[in-house]
Amino acid sequence: MSNHLSNLTLKIWRQSGRDDSGHFESYKIDSISDEASFLEMLDVLNEKLIGDNKEPVTFDHDCREGICGTCSLMINGQAHGPERATATCQLHMRKFKSGDEIVIEPWRASAFPIIKDLMVDRSAFDRIVESGGFITAPTGGAPDANLIPIPKPVADAAMDSAQCIGCGACVAACPNGAANLFTAAKISHLNLLPQGQAERYKRVEAMVETMDEYFGSCTNHGECEAACPKEISIDVIALMNKDYRAAKFKNRKELSRN
Amino acid sequence: MTITLNSKIPTGPVADAWDTYKADVKLVAPNNKRKFKVIVVGTGLAGASAAASLAELGYQVDAFTFHDSPRRAHSIAAQGGINAAKNYQGDGDSVHRLFYDTVKGGDFRAREGNVHRLAQVSVNIIDQMVAQGVPFAREYGGLLDNRSFGGAQVSRTFYARGQTGQQLLLGAYQQLARQIGLGNVRLFNRTELVDVVTVDGRCAGIVTRDLMTGAITSHAAHAVVLATGGYGNVFFLSTNAMACNVTAAWRAHRRGAYFANPCYTQIHPTCIPQSDDTQSKLTLMSESLRNDGRVWVPQNPDDVRSPDQIPENERDYILERLYPSYGNLAPRDISSRAAKRSVDSGRGVGPLKNGVYLDFSDAIRRLGKDVVEERYGNLFEMYERIAGENPYDVPMRIYPASHYTMGGVWVDYELMTTIPGLYAAGEANFSDHGANRLGASALMQGLADGYFVLPYTIGNYLAPMLNKPIPGTDHPAFKEAEMAATARFEGYLNIKGTRSPDWFHRELGKIIWDYCGMERTQQGLEKALSELPALYEEFQKDLRVTGNGASLNQTLEKAGRVDDFFQLGMLMCRDALERNESCGGHFRAEYQTDEGEALRDDENFAHVAAWEWTGDPTKSVRHTEALEFNTVHLATRSYK
Repeated sequence: MSNHLSNLTLKIWRQSGRDDSGHFESYKIDSISDEASFLEMLDVLNEKLIGDNKEPVTFDHDCREGICGTCSLMINGQAHGPERATATCQLHMRKFKSGDEIVIEPWRASAFPIIKDLMVDRSAFDRIVESGGFITAPTGGAPDANLIPIPKPVADAAMDSAQCIGCGACVAACPNGAANLFTAAKISHLNLLPQGQAERYKRVEAMVETMDEYFGSCTNHGECEAACPKEISIDVIALMNKDYRAAKFKNRKELSRN
Repeated sequence: MTITLNSKIPTGPVADAWDTYKADVKLVAPNNKRKFKVIVVGTGLAGASAAASLAELGYQVDAFTFHDSPRRAHSIAAQGGINAAKNYQGDGDSVHRLFYDTVKGGDFRAREGNVHRLAQVSVNIIDQMVAQGVPFAREYGGLLDNRSFGGAQVSRTFYARGQTGQQLLLGAYQQLARQIGLGNVRLFNRTELVDVVTVDGRCAGIVTRDLMTGAITSHAAHAVVLATGGYGNVFFLSTNAMACNVTAAWRAHRRGAYFANPCYTQIHPTCIPQSDDTQSKLTLMSESLRNDGRVWVPQNPDDVRSPDQIPENERDYILERLYPSYGNLAPRDISSRAAKRSVDSGRGVGPLKNGVYLDFSDAIRRLGKDVVEERYGNLFEMYERIAGENPYDVPMRIYPASHYTMGGVWVDYELMTTIPGLYAAGEANFSDHGANRLGASALMQGLADGYFVLPYTIGNYLAPMLNKPIPGTDHPAFKEAEMAATARFEGYLNIKGTRSPDWFHRELGKIIWDYCGMERTQQGLEKALSELPALYEEFQKDLRVTGNGASLNQTLEKAGRVDDFFQLGMLMCRDALERNESCGGHFRAEYQTDEGEALRDDENFAHVAAWEWTGDPTKSVRHTEALEFNTVHLATRSYK
């Protein structure tokens, strides 16, 4: 049976646009079911604000199943809140208790400018992928899918990296605002697979250098791994660095024969 | 004026139709393709794959998404897998068998020609996606693994853990990103279609609204593709993402595109039941779970024992009892109704008695916990996060929810709507699934349309237009559409009533779910059709949208979408009322066999109903396109 939490105080970041300096505002939630998700709690707040003729809080969200990566939110200073391996949309109010004060902020990173309230612009991620996060495979010319066997451990490792939902929690959690976990996850996914070998070094070079245009540098804090809702391991960063070094120091023509 | 709905399927044996079409199709020379602009709206599987493939061919492509990134489209949430007639398991699969299963699964309400083509290109999709780096599940020998899905007696479903949709969408998104990086596709993100523009009966382009600034802008093109998904959110509670909407399809409908079979909606049997009244959406648990999970309810409605305390002989394994040959893998519509009847008979489980058990204890005993975890681990974790119960110890509770819409914009074999130059692909069109879609076929259809159908068929339309001028955005038709869109959004802001768009959406959803959901009756549909116009009138008088139209305003975005859902909802109920038979997802209680199965009326309803907009949502005109079954013979669909 569902229980109810009462007397919650929400301190929410409000900012009318990119150029506004922004501020916290406090709101009361008198009662909410512990079965409600965190975003449903914000829905209830927004309905109340519209009822009071006030502007509701803007936040990004869509699938509410933890897979589209649209939702964000720093909750009490933690990206996606207190539950391990869980995106904000899958966080439920049963993880909080009556009387709690909950501080809700947008992702904070210079590469993710705030659009409004809790919504940020993460399009720098798309720029990284556009620079090399793909295998060039134009439609129509693909060989039979079983032509190249892929050992299960390799396919599984590629899948572990490919699970990234592109939410940006890694960047928000990083004291440097670095995007190494995101970038390395994509690189590992493609560079581990036999299909990704032809462009392996070109890919890592382009993606790392595009990443560096927008984001801070990695200093191995490991906060990204702790915040990642898909639990992507920072091992992928080591793999990215190894391939980047190889791309820079080795003769590409020589490498292609290996 | 009566338009004859011509499907344009090449004559001759259905198995040769697509090859015949490709042999006859007009081509645009490589150096001429850059002279054509194609707009693609939506960047899910169908949209991203179409935009990428068209750009690879050399067309100028503008792609639009209301998301911040193309990778967010709701295709990403598909869990279970994608079908393909590869016959890698050597278990008797073939293109013909996939074609047959899909026609039968759709309860003989889909076009044979379209479905056969879908089955044919399914094999190319898997090749393409593997080449792009989609990490499908593999056997230890390194070859691709398969599993089975509802409505099939072979294993033909390819999967990537429980995140197949995510991996396929990322594959298509990466191809699109490559084309954006190369400058072949211009991407407009956080931009929503608000109207379709026609000039002299042809599609001339679209009008969009920039969600960040409210700016209304026109875009002219030689052809426009709508890959904008389904309308399942008309129910308010569904497994769709929050922003999924019918606006693009509906605005095209209002400009002359016929809307086909809106009453064909799919209710998915395995979703997590509603837990309270703040619920904003329902979450699906992949149908693949039914490979190893057993669906049951207590025999005694008053049984209050915990599930593990209820002995075998006091359980009713409903699907195994009713459909022994398919058992827990009976198709979606049939499984959903069985669950609904158990709950309606008072045997529902859980605190609100609104679900049935999906029990893995036998599978865990048979296979071991490790194997179950390997197959379904992420789904089990997701269930635990939402329901707060561990499915390794306690059976899952599931209940049907709106999931997919088979109806959509009417298209011919070339995926062209009744507006020349306007195409619809993926879930947005109506073409391939008839009255019921089989599991793992939505991903297949989206990618088939985008990668392997549109790149051929669009050229056939464009070739004769070479070097002929097209209307620019200064044409009066664009200006008229821009003014209408501006007025529409200002209108929502100026009502200044008392209720939010979400409030109206919830009320709309209740009516549609109660009367046009899993089971429909004449009386109920008539009631809905009397209640909906009244609620819609209240919406137009009492809506409250706070903020303004010149900056990001999610309440205003929602208002426009709910407006279109109201109009669609009325059409859905009319379509359901006029279709005096039961077929697939459309179950009319008056038309059932003695055993409670759907009773089709092939004599009077073996046709597509395509609706023409007249200006009044309650007075649309119904046209029909007869369906012919020359290869798969009409038969009662039995899964017993």
